[in-house]
Amino acid sequence: MNTAWIREQFPILNQQVNGHPLVYLDNAATSQKPRAVIEAVKHYYERDNANVHRGVHTLGSRATDAYEGAREKVARFIHAKHTQEIIFTRGTTTALNLVASSYGRSVCGEGDEIVITPMEHHSNLIPWQQVAKATGATLKYLPLQQDGSINLEDVEKTVTDRTKIVSVAYVSNVLGVVNPVKQIAEIAHRHGAVMVVDGAQSTPHMKVDVQDLDCDFYAFSSHKMCGPTGVGVLYGKKSLLNNMEPIEFGGEMIDDVGLYESTWKELPWKFEGGTPIIAGAVGLGAAIDFLTEIGLDEIDRHERQIVEYALERLSEVEGLTIHGPRNRTVGLVSFNLDGIHPHDVATILDSNGIAIRAGHHCCQPLMRWLNVNSTARASFYLYNTREDVDRLINALIQTKEYFGDATR
Amino acid sequence: MQLDDLYRRVIIDHYKNPRNKGAFEDDAVTVNLNNPTCGDRISLQLKVEDGVVQDARFMGEGCSISMSSASMMTEAIKGKSMEQALDLADKFSKLMQGEQVDFDEYEDLEALSGVNKFPARIKCATLAWNALKKGINND
Repeated sequence: MNTAWIREQFPILNQQVNGHPLVYLDNAATSQKPRAVIEAVKHYYERDNANVHRGVHTLGSRATDAYEGAREKVARFIHAKHTQEIIFTRGTTTALNLVASSYGRSVCGEGDEIVITPMEHHSNLIPWQQVAKATGATLKYLPLQQDGSINLEDVEKTVTDRTKIVSVAYVSNVLGVVNPVKQIAEIAHRHGAVMVVDGAQSTPHMKVDVQDLDCDFYAFSSHKMCGPTGVGVLYGKKSLLNNMEPIEFGGEMIDDVGLYESTWKELPWKFEGGTPIIAGAVGLGAAIDFLTEIGLDEIDRHERQIVEYALERLSEVEGLTIHGPRNRTVGLVSFNLDGIHPHDVATILDSNGIAIRAGHHCCQPLMRWLNVNSTARASFYLYNTREDVDRLINALIQTKEYFGDATR
Repeated sequence: MQLDDLYRRVIIDHYKNPRNKGAFEDDAVTVNLNNPTCGDRISLQLKVEDGVVQDARFMGEGCSISMSSASMMTEAIKGKSMEQALDLADKFSKLMQGEQVDFDEYEDLEALSGVNKFPARIKCATLAWNALKKGINND
């Protein structure tokens, strides 16, 4: 992979922050955008902008083609069987809320079970809490192993014939662990439950095949995979989506409206009430083209090398605790430095031009499981280099010295 | 951006050797406050008699800025009337907005003036003061 060429594609990387060249290691929060994506959005607004699905005029057709073209790209990218199985949403959060509010509330009742894990992002946790409260269903948690991974035997023990929904992150945004969602889906299906996969942290980094995973729903965001913010995707199996009710009503999603009764459009539009984020979808399409051209396998290989190097270097830092399994394939590492709060670490790194995340990462139950108040997290993407890791390590050593010296 | 503007020696001293850390064994006005964006927590306890803060303690988890601010705040408000304590809180807000403020009552607080150059950290410094305001206004 030609990292120099890739870095040139991201104009934002070419800047000084606090007097140092920017090292961007907050990719699990959001990725940077390549020129091709910025240009695609710009081109859409400069040449094709119109509302979709209603234009008799030329721009209306162009906008519709661009928007629906993006949907086809998404379908191919995650290997959906049908383009109608791709619903554009505002992001992963909205996609998971759609599954919970529409599917979850209609199938769950008193005594039924929803199974999730303590490592879920709040967006794959609170929607299910709400469904459980509203329907009387029980929310059950898969136990985690010492290193944060999931044991399939525990899945076998936890999922029962009363389980209606199993919802698990493909990749944890804190632990960096890749969960065996294909195997979990197989267990869920054996008990008649559906499998929901939070793909926010997996889709940007590895090849995803929803048919191979045989998951029933799969949610992800554009902005973590080089695309614009404000757009995301819910994939769902056609047979399930067809029987689900919309949760947003209004323009764009109707077939026929009477004074007292209305009917909905076909899939996927019945779930896309209101003018959609057309430019965002076009940008996501461009991001998919960009990632596909480089190759997800190449990106995956590059990230594995970087994270392996990062783990090696981080474990040399005295007093640094790494959370999650030691072997990992996804480029993110959460850690704590003894006696120094992650906020203070992040501020000192920022003064060196290095952007990391500090906080609970929208995973408060997981923070309690780890017995920490918050963590620092460095997350890598296709444009990060070994030099970025070296800069991180040097700044961490400086942080330790700074806080050590400050007490003298 | 100068790190030493943020992390003055006196801040690190309050962080490493917090004043008034702990909880009262008997009754006191207790306020629990979270900073939901980062997970920091504080539990502030006030002993108020005849409208005067006789004593204050805090417990919490947080960064050097939030914990040193809590340590200084509990020192500063001891012996102050509730009005005086709220005045101090207002002065502290001004300090966070970059205004020049003298804390004759407790000069250590001026060390936190550098925080206003680090916008992401202002909410750390104000956590304890927000707990104070909540405690006094509900009392």
